[in-house]
Amino acid sequence: MPSFLRASPVTHEAEPLVLSRLLKNLAEIVRDVVPIIIVVAVFQILILRQPFPDLVGILWGTVLVVFGLMLFTQGLRQGLFPLGESMAYQFARRGNLWWLLLFAFTIGYATTIAEPALLAVADKAADISDGALSQLAVRNVVAAGVGIAIALGVLRILLGHPIHYYIIGGYALIVAVTFFAPREIIGLAYDSGGVTTSTVTVPLVTALGVGLASSIKGRNPLIDGFGLIALASLVPILTVMVYGIVVY
Amino acid sequence: MQGLIEDILSGLISTTWDVVPVVAVIGFFQIVYFRKALENPGRVVPGIILVIVGLYLFVEGLNIGLFPLGETMARQLSEPEFIGWSYLFAFSLGYATTMAEPALIAVALKAEEITAGGIRERPLRTAVAIGVALGLTVGVHRIIEGDPLHWYIIAGYIVVVVQTPFAPKEIVALAYDSGGVTTSTVTVPLVAALGIGLASNIPGRNPIIDGFGLIAFASLFPMITVMSYATMARWWADRSTSDSNEPPSNSHEPAPASAPTKDT
Repeated sequence: MPSFLRASPVTHEAEPLVLSRLLKNLAEIVRDVVPIIIVVAVFQILILRQPFPDLVGILWGTVLVVFGLMLFTQGLRQGLFPLGESMAYQFARRGNLWWLLLFAFTIGYATTIAEPALLAVADKAADISDGALSQLAVRNVVAAGVGIAIALGVLRILLGHPIHYYIIGGYALIVAVTFFAPREIIGLAYDSGGVTTSTVTVPLVTALGVGLASSIKGRNPLIDGFGLIALASLVPILTVMVYGIVVY
Repeated sequence: MQGLIEDILSGLISTTWDVVPVVAVIGFFQIVYFRKALENPGRVVPGIILVIVGLYLFVEGLNIGLFPLGETMARQLSEPEFIGWSYLFAFSLGYATTMAEPALIAVALKAEEITAGGIRERPLRTAVAIGVALGLTVGVHRIIEGDPLHWYIIAGYIVVVVQTPFAPKEIVALAYDSGGVTTSTVTVPLVAALGIGLASNIPGRNPIIDGFGLIAFASLFPMITVMSYATMARWWADRSTSDSNEPPSNSHEPAPASAPTKDT
C-alpha cells in the first residue's frame, strides 16, 4: 500500500511581513475591488438615475472589504497554505493510505456540515418538500458527498489518473441519474454542488492536493494537485439525487 | 459603543465558527495519528487569525455597503422597463464580483506559486471572471426566454468535454477547479437576487425553478474560458518561440499548433 507514497520535503520559504509588500498587495486588492464600485455607480447614476442611498456606508464598507482581503491573503500565505502542505507532507511520510483517505473524508464532511449556506439551502428544502426531506438528512447527505469527493480526489492524486475522466464520468452519471430523480429534488441537488466549498476550505484543500502531488514521486503539482474542488462540487449533486430517489 | 463591540464580537465569533471544524479535524489527526505538535505554530496560528479577521472585515464591508445596494439594484433592473439592461448588468456584475472573490484569489495564488510564475494569477482570474460574466449573461437570457435549464447545462458540459483534449493538460485540473470556486462569498447573494427578481417580474416564470440556476452557469462557463485562455496562450507562446528561433524570413509563418511547449 505505501509503496506509491514517497515523502520529499516541502519547502516553506519564510515570507517576512514587509511593509512594501503589504502596500503592493493593497494596491492590487484596490484594483480588484474598483470594478464593483464602477459597475454599481454606472448603473445607479446612468441607468436607474437614482442617487446613492447611503454613500458613507458604501465607502466605509469598501474600505473594510479592501483591508479584509489584504489580511485574508496574508493569512493564506502564512497560515492555511503551510497548514495544508504540512498535513500533506506528514501523510506522505507515513504512507498509510487509509488514514489519509479518512482524513480527506473528515475534512470534507466536517467543513461542509457546519456551512451556513448549506443550512439555508437545507431549510428551504425541508420547507418546499413539506417535511419529506429532513433538514438534517439533507445536510448529512451533502456533507458526505463532499467527504467522498475529497477522498476520491486524493485517491486520484495518488493514482495519477487524469482529472477529466473523473469529471466527465461524473457529469455523465449526473445526467443519467437526473432522469430518475424526483423533479422536486433536482434543483436542490444542483444548488448543493455550489454551496459546499467555503472560503476557508478552498485554500486548505487546494494546499493539501498540491502538497500531496509535490510529495509523491512522478506526480506534477499542477496536473495532479488541482481538481479536488471540482470533485467537491460534483459528488454532492449525485448523493442528493440518490437520496431523493430513495426517499420519494 | 457597547452595541458596536457586541456586533463586532458576534461577527468574529460566527467567522471563527467557519474555521472551527477545520482546526478540530487537523488537531485530531495531529494528536491521535501523528502524535506530535503542529510544525511552525508561531507563523501558522497568527496566519489563521489573519484569515478569520480578514474574512470578517470583508463580509462586514459587503454587508454595510455593497450587498444592500446591489440587491436593490438587481431587483430594480429586473423590472420590465430595464429588461435589456439586465443583460449588461449580469455581465458586469459577474466580472466585477469574481475579481474580488477570496476563494478564487487563493486558488490563483497557489497556481502562480507552484508554476513559479508560469501561470500568473491576474490573467487567470480575469479569464475566470469573463467566464462568470458570460455565464450570467446566458443565464439571464435563459430566464427571460424561459428555456429549460438542463439543455443549457448539458450543452455547456458538451463544450467542456470537447474542449478538454485540445487544452494544455497542465491547465485542465485548474480550469475545473475554477468553476467550483466562483460560487463563493461575493457572487452568490447578488446573483441570486438578480435571478429571483427576474423570475418574479416576468409573467410565467417560477422564482423557485428559474431564479436559481444562475449559479450553475457561473460555475460552468469559467471552465470554458480558462481552457480557451490556456489554449490561446500556448498558441501565442508557440508562435513567438518559433519566431525567435527561425530566420526572419520565415517569421510570418504561423507555428504548427501541435508543437511541444513548456505551457503558458
